[in-house]
Amino acid sequence: MGERLIDLIDVCKVFGQTTVLNHINLFIVKNKFLTLLGPSGCGKTTTLRIIGGFETPTAGDLLFEGKSILNLPPHKRKVNTVFQRYALFPNMNVADNIAFGLRIKKVKADVINGKVNEMLRLVNLRGFGKRPVASLSGGQQQRVAIARALVNEPEVLLLDEPLGALDLKLRKEMQIELKNMQQKLGITFVYVTHDQEEALTMSDTVAVMNAGEIQQIGAPEDIYNEPKNAFVANFIGESNILGGVMPEDYRVVFAGNTFECVDRGFEKDEEVDVVIRPEDVRIVESGKGQLTGIVRTVIFKGVHYEMLIDMKNGDFEFLWKAHSTVMSEKGSAVGMVIAPDLIHVMRK
Amino acid sequence: MLKGSAKRAAVAPYVIWSALFVIIPILLVIYYSLTMETDGKLVFSWANYARAFQPTYIDVMLRSGRLALISTAACLLIGYPVAYIMASREFENRSFLLFLFLVPMWMNFLLRTYSWLALLENNGILNTFLSGIGLPKLALLYTNKAVVLGMVYNFLPFMILPIYTVLKKMDHSLIEAAQDLGADSRNVFFRLVLPLSTPGVISGITMVFMPAVTTFIISDLLGGSKSMLIGNLIEQQFMKVSDWNFGSAMSMILMGVVLVLFTVFTMVDKDGEGGALY
Repeated sequence: MGERLIDLIDVCKVFGQTTVLNHINLFIVKNKFLTLLGPSGCGKTTTLRIIGGFETPTAGDLLFEGKSILNLPPHKRKVNTVFQRYALFPNMNVADNIAFGLRIKKVKADVINGKVNEMLRLVNLRGFGKRPVASLSGGQQQRVAIARALVNEPEVLLLDEPLGALDLKLRKEMQIELKNMQQKLGITFVYVTHDQEEALTMSDTVAVMNAGEIQQIGAPEDIYNEPKNAFVANFIGESNILGGVMPEDYRVVFAGNTFECVDRGFEKDEEVDVVIRPEDVRIVESGKGQLTGIVRTVIFKGVHYEMLIDMKNGDFEFLWKAHSTVMSEKGSAVGMVIAPDLIHVMRK
Repeated sequence: MLKGSAKRAAVAPYVIWSALFVIIPILLVIYYSLTMETDGKLVFSWANYARAFQPTYIDVMLRSGRLALISTAACLLIGYPVAYIMASREFENRSFLLFLFLVPMWMNFLLRTYSWLALLENNGILNTFLSGIGLPKLALLYTNKAVVLGMVYNFLPFMILPIYTVLKKMDHSLIEAAQDLGADSRNVFFRLVLPLSTPGVISGITMVFMPAVTTFIISDLLGGSKSMLIGNLIEQQFMKVSDWNFGSAMSMILMGVVLVLFTVFTMVDKDGEGGALY
């Protein structure tokens, strides 16, 4: 584990009657890529704005290299922000936008020129310096916003849904470019997004937020494979979430059947949530699986077929999401098998 | 969408309106300005224009320009901060302050200016107050200062409103971005807010300077005979001296000056923003 650069300690934020952040504890490790992930209104942008200095927390503390920076105005913090809608200065051209921070620091003109050109090269906008910002496309404006922040060599770069306004293809390209830039420059990134795929692709650490609280912090793989609760499981990727009971260690009852699993340490007959990813549901011939159901819909998704399987087992009824590379006929009966290590059992 | 012929038909009323009330009157003024009455007949002559460039009249024009310029500058100096404060996010009494600045505009212009008479007169409210607390009376009325005061008072809202509109529309994230990049409040203002508000400033200057340079009521009521402005001069030619020809020539010159200034201003305000009322 690297050095802690920023610490949020018990941060709360209340706007009027609404609690936007509820006791947020979070540390940001130097030179790592941290993503705050969550649905809109979960408080991720507010968290970023507190770090940037644009909001003051109602309670709690914010440390930078161990010292509180709550009383430091935004222009004195060693962080730079890439804003959601870029916020490029419309009265300046591309080069002047990028040079803004350096001019304020009264850097010499020839040094500024050199750095601006270097930045334009880094974000693939060589020769665009004299263009007015309004003439650029969304993707290009995005790059200018990143260059304008990076040219100041910040310790931390805060990015507030920077790819939100771009189309899918461009977004994917920029994801890879941003990740490369972060690794090449060795800058700490704090990235805000509601796009779980983006978070999993780019981050070293993901903090999943909901309703002003952090639900889970961890590496992307851990978040995906071992979601801590039903919210995380549901938000990160698609899931089948069922209520179940643990009669004993390594054994879980759900959907009217008893399954082997790899979880233990629950109380006897404790009620749990069971999460199974659609790609972990293996489709077999009818009668040969642990569960049986009727295929209701089949949608071709390129690499796989996405199916909804209607299962009835006694009183229990559930619509399963399953992914399979083999197509099953709509209306046909199929069997389903779930391997013990692919069953995730979570406390309610 | 309307078809070509329908569009032309829809335009017709405006064409007729402009012809009747704009173009024909201007042509008449031009006609009068280029003629002289000799032996009861009107004959072509440049004499009216030549006369307008005599030193006495040049003086009047320069004085008009100077007072209008001073008034505009004063309006800008007072109006910009007011607009800035009203547009700032922290300011909560925005609508009330806006209301305060607009209420006088609902009152008749003449009436408002007359009220200044009552305030500034030798035995007016201000002087009564001064002598009441044992200070000497001041000769306030019938000076250039009184004229400037009247202009600033009457035209200040025209400076505040366009600047306020531009500042209010400004994207707050731009200011945050500037702060984020290290700009303190001084830098934010001079590098970002001021340049971005120039369209409003230009509109404001235009909308104050134009009426200020042509006014005759304010100078008539508050300025007395000493500070005759070009507006008064023109008014006199028509109402008192009955020299319509010379009055027309002066009008044309004033119109020319205003037109040139207006063109220059619009060229600077190339974005066409600023919510100009003209």
